[in-house]
Amino acid sequence: MSAKEIRLLSTSAILGYGFPEASLKAGMARKPDMIGVDGGSSDPGPHYLGVGKPFCSPISIRRDLRLMLHAAIEAGIPMVIGTCGGAGGEPHLNLVADMAREIAREDGLHFKMALIHAEQSPAEIKRRIAAGGIHPLAHQPELTDAVVDRSTRIVGMMGPEPFIEALDNGAQVVLAGRSSDPAPWAAMCIRAQLPPAPAWYAGKMLECGATPSIPKGHDSLFVTVREDHMECEPCNPIRRCTPLSIANHSLHENASPIHHIEPGGMLDTSDCRFDAVSDRAVRISGMKWTPAPQYTVKLEGVELAGYRAMCIAGTRDPLLIGRLDSFLASVRSEVAVKAAAFGASPDTYKLGFRVYGRDGVMAEREPVRNAVPHEVGFVIEVVGQQSQEMASAVLGVARANMLHTDFPGRLCREGNMAFPFSPSDIEVGPVYRFSVYHVADVADPREMFPIEYEMM
Amino acid sequence: MTLIRDAARVCKSKNAGPFELTIDVVFDDSSTYGKVKASGVLCPELFARLYNVPAEHVLFTPYDAALAFKATFPRLVPAGEFGDTDVYGCQQHAPLLDVDLPI
Repeated sequence: MSAKEIRLLSTSAILGYGFPEASLKAGMARKPDMIGVDGGSSDPGPHYLGVGKPFCSPISIRRDLRLMLHAAIEAGIPMVIGTCGGAGGEPHLNLVADMAREIAREDGLHFKMALIHAEQSPAEIKRRIAAGGIHPLAHQPELTDAVVDRSTRIVGMMGPEPFIEALDNGAQVVLAGRSSDPAPWAAMCIRAQLPPAPAWYAGKMLECGATPSIPKGHDSLFVTVREDHMECEPCNPIRRCTPLSIANHSLHENASPIHHIEPGGMLDTSDCRFDAVSDRAVRISGMKWTPAPQYTVKLEGVELAGYRAMCIAGTRDPLLIGRLDSFLASVRSEVAVKAAAFGASPDTYKLGFRVYGRDGVMAEREPVRNAVPHEVGFVIEVVGQQSQEMASAVLGVARANMLHTDFPGRLCREGNMAFPFSPSDIEVGPVYRFSVYHVADVADPREMFPIEYEMM
Repeated sequence: MTLIRDAARVCKSKNAGPFELTIDVVFDDSSTYGKVKASGVLCPELFARLYNVPAEHVLFTPYDAALAFKATFPRLVPAGEFGDTDVYGCQQHAPLLDVDLPI
């Protein structure tokens, strides 16, 4: 392997988002040293980590995985996926690992596979708390044993080091639990002795597939990393990377555009330059890497918040729209009485009325307060602590009272709400909330991420 | 009168982790970017006013290399928590569109 240049192909932004097969082919024709894809994110919210399921369908994940495995095995290069199964816990990693095993068996593919685990045991996290090695992020409270005990699942976010170990041990397919999005890509570059700054920056571009190009779409990106710069070019000829599209993507999902905190240090992009090298490719240079004095691993955890039931409705009645707040207040107080009568006191559930057409998107931050819409949509929801059955019971009362509660001046005496569906009520199931968002000090970046190997 | 919706090439919002929201305004020529930056209209206090957060909770960074301004501040509620209206945080940019730039 040349230390002068590493060529990387990312198929899409997330495993399971899909990509044109022609883009994979075009990327493979450019002889990448590794192909990969980011498998997940915390962005779809706490549910998936809690429930242990992916946010892309297994059907779509399998389609992408099969094409990638074939491409990598035929070319004899590594295929690496971080944050498998969407959230990177054990059930998520196992889902993707089982698929890889099945595909290998069905299609007669042979390779050494590494599974890098990221789910953390509560006992181990509590030991770290006791040792003073856990610190809060984003103004969260200090982590306590009680929060760890009631958390459904906690994962650590690995950096490049476990990937480097797996690749050094000859794994051709590396499937990892929760990972920093750029880590698999940075790993491939760093183990080839390229400096960390362009390595991490390359990872930041590759983790979103063709997102740094225009027109934006779920598609593949090719990145070449060299000593002091990297170049981005989309595989699909209909897309282009431009200095503006790259600059725009450099802002993506980070608190600061110039200081990107990663597990082992900070990527400083203050002095980056974005130069077009063709009408479709951009060279990025000038990034710097500052190692952190203490290596930290981010922890993400969720806990059960209750069970949700919801219902969608709308009104076209100007007399009701004109007095919405007092109407909703009277529905709420009727629900309180009726639900308490069957055992759900108001402190055991949360009842919400989301009012689309008024402030459904921005809630208290909505600056437009005097508009009078001609129709309004409602999402009526209940999150109950006791059970799904009880949440659904409270929602049923709320739905019936939205339909029938009287209000002064009411002419629509048959009903206040238009329900688009029968059944009107939807049982959503368990609801989770983020409970852990902290970092752990580690002596060895690999110590929280055990690796297993198997031969296909 | 020059509104952000007419002068900017990008005006977008997104989560920066489950607890913070980040908003980007990007221009495509350095002269406009320079004038906007010099005007001081985009500043922590603007975001504090538009999003009802204390100015000291707004991390505001002009990014010359990308002709961009970024502001990051706490979400109203954490992503996916009861009462959250926008799990990805990608529809919170609208109040900025009508900010008048004295350029």
